[in-house]
Parts: sequence; C-alpha cells; structure tokens
Amino acid sequence: MQNKEPVFRMTKRGQISFRKIALIHFMALVLALIVCAVVIVMVTHVNPLGVYSAIYQGAVGNARRFWVTVRETVVLLLIAVGLTPAFRMRFWNVGAEGQILMGGMVSAALMIYCGEKLPGLVLIAAMLAASLLAGMVWGLIPAYFKAKYNTNETLFTLMMNYVAMQLVTFAICFWENPKGSNSVGIINKNTNYGWFPSIGGNQYLLSVILVFAVTIAVFWYLRRSKQGFEIAVVGSSQNTARYAGIDVKRVILRTMAISGAVCGLAGCVIVGGSSHTLSTSTANGRGFTAIIVAWMSGFNPLFMLLISGLLIFMQQGAIQIATQFKLNENFSDIITGIILFFLIGCEFFINYKIEFRKKGEEA
Amino acid sequence: MQALLCYNSAIYAPAFTFGGYYMGETNAIELRNVTKRFGSKVVANDHVSLTLRQGEILSILGENGSGKTTLMNMLSGIYYPDEGHILVNGKEVTIRSPKDAFALKIGMVHQHFKLIPIFTAAENIILGLEGEGRLNMKKVEADVKHLVDRYGFQLDPAEKVYAMSVSQKQTVEIIKVLYRGADILILDEPTAVLTPQETEKLFDVLRNMREDGKSIIIITHKLNEVLEISDRVSVLRKGKYIGTVETAKASVESLTEMMVGQKVDLDIHRTEPTGEKDRLVLEGVSCVNAEGLRVLDNVSFTLKSGEILGIAGISGNGQKELLESIAGLQEHEGRILYLDDDGSAKDLKGMSPTEIEALGVRLAFVPEDRLGMGLVADMDLTDNVMLRSYRNGSSFTTDRKAPKELAEQIVNDLEVVTPGVGTRIVNLSGGNVQKVLVGREIAGKPKVMMAAYPVRGLDINSSYLIYNLLSRQKESGAAVICVGEDLDVLLALCDRILVLQGGRAAGIVEARTASKEELGLMMTGSGKEALHAE
Repeated sequence: MQNKEPVFRMTKRGQISFRKIALIHFMALVLALIVCAVVIVMVTHVNPLGVYSAIYQGAVGNARRFWVTVRETVVLLLIAVGLTPAFRMRFWNVGAEGQILMGGMVSAALMIYCGEKLPGLVLIAAMLAASLLAGMVWGLIPAYFKAKYNTNETLFTLMMNYVAMQLVTFAICFWENPKGSNSVGIINKNTNYGWFPSIGGNQYLLSVILVFAVTIAVFWYLRRSKQGFEIAVVGSSQNTARYAGIDVKRVILRTMAISGAVCGLAGCVIVGGSSHTLSTSTANGRGFTAIIVAWMSGFNPLFMLLISGLLIFMQQGAIQIATQFKLNENFSDIITGIILFFLIGCEFFINYKIEFRKKGEEA
Repeated sequence: MQALLCYNSAIYAPAFTFGGYYMGETNAIELRNVTKRFGSKVVANDHVSLTLRQGEILSILGENGSGKTTLMNMLSGIYYPDEGHILVNGKEVTIRSPKDAFALKIGMVHQHFKLIPIFTAAENIILGLEGEGRLNMKKVEADVKHLVDRYGFQLDPAEKVYAMSVSQKQTVEIIKVLYRGADILILDEPTAVLTPQETEKLFDVLRNMREDGKSIIIITHKLNEVLEISDRVSVLRKGKYIGTVETAKASVESLTEMMVGQKVDLDIHRTEPTGEKDRLVLEGVSCVNAEGLRVLDNVSFTLKSGEILGIAGISGNGQKELLESIAGLQEHEGRILYLDDDGSAKDLKGMSPTEIEALGVRLAFVPEDRLGMGLVADMDLTDNVMLRSYRNGSSFTTDRKAPKELAEQIVNDLEVVTPGVGTRIVNLSGGNVQKVLVGREIAGKPKVMMAAYPVRGLDINSSYLIYNLLSRQKESGAAVICVGEDLDVLLALCDRILVLQGGRAAGIVEARTASKEELGLMMTGSGKEALHAE
C-alpha cells in the first residue's frame, strides 16, 4: 500500500473570508460544548445541560452576579491591554503578575497610611498615580537589562513576579489586621477611605469607565502615534528599526514603562475597586491569563473584551457549579480548558485546510 | 486488492533490469500534466508536461516564481503533486519522499547547501546512509575519491567542510547524490554562487557526467549559461509550460521572449558621467564582526557624483559591511567623509542614520535584506513608505496622508502590482516589493544612493526597470553604489567597478574596458595586486 497517495495532507490556505473565520470559531465552540458534555456525563453523571445552566446562573443570574462578572472582566481586559504594547514589540512580558502586585501594594499603602489625611478623590488620584509608577518601575527593570545587556526578558520578568510576591508578604507583616492573622483584612472597612466611589449607585462603574478609557488610550497610542509606529517596527524587525533610525533601546524602555504602568494600574483597580485587601494572591494568576487573552484576540480590543468575558463567565459559573452540584470548583477549569483547546486549535483550520485523497484516483 | 498489489510491484520492479534495455530509447523522466497548488489562488505549476531524455542536459528556464523549483521538488519527493503523472524510465511512479526519489535514482542538489561544517566531505557524503555494520572511513574516502576523479572534480574527501570554498561545498553536494547512485541529477541554480571560472569547471564536470550516461536537469535563469551547457531548454512562465527548444536553435533573444512572453529590450542605457565631483571619501575603513574576524579590511575609495560605482565580489566578502558602514549601521574604523556641493566635508564616522539625516546628507540605501531591513513585511505600503519619514513634524501622531499619496505615486510610476496601498508588503511578489523599496529611497532625492543586489530574485522587466532607475539617479547627479552578482550586468551598467575580495579592495577597474574574466580573477584573489594594500 505504500505506493498510494497519502490519505490526507495539509495545504496552506490563501485568503479566507471573515465569515468563514467566524463560522470556524463558532463550530469550535459548539464542538467544545459537546465534548464538555461528554466529559461531564462520564465523570460526574449529572445532566450537562443542568451544569451549563448553572454556569449561566452563576455568572449573570442576577444583577449582583452580573456586575461581579463585569468587574472581573474589565480587570482582566485591563491587564491584557497593558501587555499589548510589550507583545506588539515582541517583548515577552510574563511579569504582569508582579507589576499588578506592585501596583496593588502601593495602593494599599496609600489607603493605610494616607486614608485619613487626604480627601477622598485626591487619595484615589494618588493611588492611581502611585500604582502606575510602581508598575512602571517593575516593568522598566527587566527592560533596562534587556536593552543594555540583552538579557532574556521572559525569565527576567517571570522572576520579578516572585520578588514582588516576597515584597507583598513582607508588607503584610507590617499591615497585619488584626495582629497575628497574617493578612491585612479589609482595609478601611468602616471608613471606606480609598475605596472606589459608587457612581449612580453602582460601585463598579468607575472601574469600568477607567478601564475603557485606558483601553481606548492605549489602542489610540499604538495605532495613531509615532511612538506606536516605532513599537510595531521594532516588533517586526530590529534591523529594520535600526535602518529607519529608530533608537531600539529607547523604544524598549519606553514601551515596557507603559506596559508595566498599565498592569500596575490594574493592581490599583483590584485593591481599590473590588477586593479592598492585599495578599500574595491579589493578582491570582490573571497576569498569565491575560497573556492568553491578548494573543487569542490577535490584539483586537473588541475580541479582547469578548475573550476576557468568556473566561470570567466560566470562572464565575464555576462557583455556582461547586455549590449546586457539589462538584469541585476546579471542574470548571476542565471545561474552560476544553473550550480554549478548541478555540486555539481552530486557528489551525483557519491557516490550513485538509485535503483528502480523492477516491479511485490511483486505481 | 490483489490486482492493486500486482500493480504496485510492477512500479517497483527494479529500474536497472528494464533501464539497461531501454537505455536511449525511453525518457529518463516524463512529466504529464503535473499541477501543484498552494492555497486556492496560487498555482505554482499548471498542467506542466515535459521530458528529460536519457543522457542529455536539459535546462529549465524561467523567471523567479515561474515554478521551476516547485516542479523539481516534486521529482525529489519534497512536494506531492495535486494532479498529473510522473514517469521515470518509462514507468509511472509515485514519489512521496526523498527516499522514494533516491530509490528511483533521482538526486537533487539544492540551491542552499545542507552540509555539516565540522564534518569532512566524506562524512557529509555518507551521512544518513545505513551502510555496513562497521564504518570504514578509508574505504568511503577511496570511493569518494574514485567518483571525484572519474568526473574531473577537485576535492579532498578528508577535508572539513568549514575550510572549503563555496564551489567545493557544491562539489560535495553533487558527489553526495552521485554516491547514492543517482542517474538523474537535478541542479537548482548551481551557478548562482560561483565565479565565472568556477562555473566553467562545473560545466566541464557536467559534460563528463553526460558522457557517462547521466541525465541532468539544470535550473537557471542565466541565459548565457543555458546556451553554453544544455542540449535542450524547457521554458516555464508563471507556472505554465511554454515549450522546449533545441539549444542549438535558440538565442538569448528568443529565449527571453519565451520566458517573459514579449520582446524585451536587453540594453542598459549608459551615459557618460558628467559634472563629476568627489562626493564620498572612504579612507581605510575596516570592520570586525562578532567572531572577531576582519570582514572589511582597510578599504579606501572615492565615490563621485554622477557615476555608478559597481561593487563586485563573491557574496560575503565585505559588501554588506561596507554599505552599512556608510549608512551608519555598522561600527567601523577609518574615515568616511561626505563632501557637500560647496566643498565642505562632513565626517560621518560614528553617526547614526538619524544623525546623518540631521546633517542634511540625503543618503538612500536599498539593503540586501529587503524584508528584514529595508521594509516591514507585515505592514502595508503606506506604512512602509512612511518608515523613513514618519518622524517629520512635531505632531505626536503620525500623518499618513502624505505617505499615502507618495505610495500611490510609487505604485503608479513604477507599475507596482498590488490591490492597493493598504496591502501588506508580504503579500507582494519579489519584484513589486523591490519597486516599493527603491521607489521610497529615490523619493528622498538622494545625493548618495546605495543598492545591494537590487535585482536579486526579480523578473527581467523589473530588473531593467531598476537598472534604469539607478541610471536616472546617476544622470540627475547622485553618486550611486551598486553591489551586484551578475558581472555582465555590472559591466554594462556601471562606470567603475570596485572588486572586494576577503574584505579587501582588490582594485577598481573601468567598467567600459574591463572583462568578465579579469573581474573573476580579482574576485578569487589571483588577479592584479590590491590597489590599496599597505
């Protein structure tokens, strides 16, 4: 049989229409849900439709849950937006986690030490500025070594995460409340100093507005400004950048300052806008999840919002599954994993098509 | 099922039993309606049918992108045809892998060598072969030596590859396929990296192989070589088979017409240089690369306005470093002076491209690596046109209006084939990419224009368009440097030619009186004494 044409082979697609791309994604999602259903039945013996319904209920079942999902979505979106300038420059910033922690830590410090001294809005403004600065410093350190000594930024930013985590652990020792609890508790629980104020009765609206404003600003910067153009050129080819007279080192520093600052800001949005506490799990892996969000969206802000939404939707739904079906919360990770597998895997079918051997051709 | 198996075994009936009998009567290779598509739009080969007779040298001629290499890759098992049939020695075969190709005694020598530098020639040659249980290097070397002598190669089987010249490496590649018993040899652009003298030697060897009964396909786009070496020529154009002619009945003009599809004026218009002034003075320029080697060694020359100075040399002999030193992209020793119209001198040493620009020196540079240096592959035409001028003005945002107009103008003036100025560069063909790059560089009305291998990979029409653009720059008073590999073209286009050999200036000759052989000797270091040696 070895003399036959292979049963199937891959050929690269030329152009592909937007409709076809959307269709492939949709099919991937449907397939993922079917596979998930099979897994659910096999592993837990509960009705998969019930599980899906519980996820929906848990994520957006009532107004409070809906707004928590929105709040978490915009935080994830903000981090992905922060990573985008670095990734556009092909600088592998996997240090968002640390940048968030640093931003969160300085925000918490301001809430604790200046809560009573500064008027409400000034305090919030100071927290925002400080978190931007802290994240910027945390982004600049690896960028400096990259520009100066061409160190590996992936390892460097990753290790900066652990440094940030240790610093937070150290800070918690000072800010323990109550003493001996080994946590800072809810900061300014009674006074609400430094808590993001409600707008029109909605306590998360400020975060949403802030994130959308930053998102628009960052994408405007990347697409319209000269500096954004430089980022794209450096990301595409450093040789071309040098040829065009671009100071590559300066662009690396500047871009990582921005990337780190936005991720630091996310720390402030988390601490001031939702958790009102600080712990080593303040970032809670979102600095890594956002990498997936940024790449999967192809750096399109709208897709970024959709993918953040999908991931948070599943995460919030998981809490509901856990209580309703007495399943482990991690079960939703399996579902999310399967969905992501299909969504990422379907990229292959966007780039390639499979051709099967035509029947009877050889005979 | 039974029938199928029988059929298969018939295909694998060893070629030698039949081959000997049919020798000279059947075709070594016959392609019938072979089609290969990439994606839905690109048809690399469109129902190509051609034959290679036993014991002949067949040239496959075609411009870049005409599908020559794709076609040959299907014979050597790298690609699988979408449609069509392949016959070897009169028997229909299926070639699914390079291994299948070797079983059919087909061997391909690729344009880019696949050798391990720290191994000897003989070690590279047996690499991947199973052989006997115990490796006897002495015997292998003797066998290799036997092949070397039989066809008139020059090679020491025990020499390490890293110590070899390009033509010796090519010899290793050719012997590699002969050692595996190939009767049908396919050579992809074998002369691209060779000097005229080395090319002659290669052709002698190929003739010896033909005498020995080997069938040879040589892929090329150099017409003179086609006429010199081959018995017949098959021409491809845009993936389609155009026809096959006896070389004896063909001429440069007739082949060009078949290749391009229309009559082409193959004359380069060269005017006498007028109003020459010294424009760029290089004194003892040297560069050291990352490994500490002197890749450019004490080069001095003066470039004049209104002339084209050609730079000849085997690729990698300091051409890149020389141009990049002038452009401010390469650290160097020595002096580079720019002389303005009023005679004032500006020292360009240690300047970055932006600083050179700030001095008012209008320097255009078309680098060798178009997509990796001159252009950004995944940006559109407008953004690429903007690459050198985006900084202009104090605005924080980019102004895409003027670049867009310039891009449209370039598309119109140079007949760039593109759906629009919003198309990404990577989707353009090689010739059109180069038109955009040259168009942008010329738009700055340069005083000094440097172009490295400006027509590499371009079709004939685009090549002549680029030659004419360079000539026009010269006529309008620019000082032009053109690094080239086709000596015939350099001799026809340039006023003077500087030869680089091992990073040193082997000399400067007058292009109107020099000969190709003279340049070839200087390129290999056996020519006249270096003019600027200490």
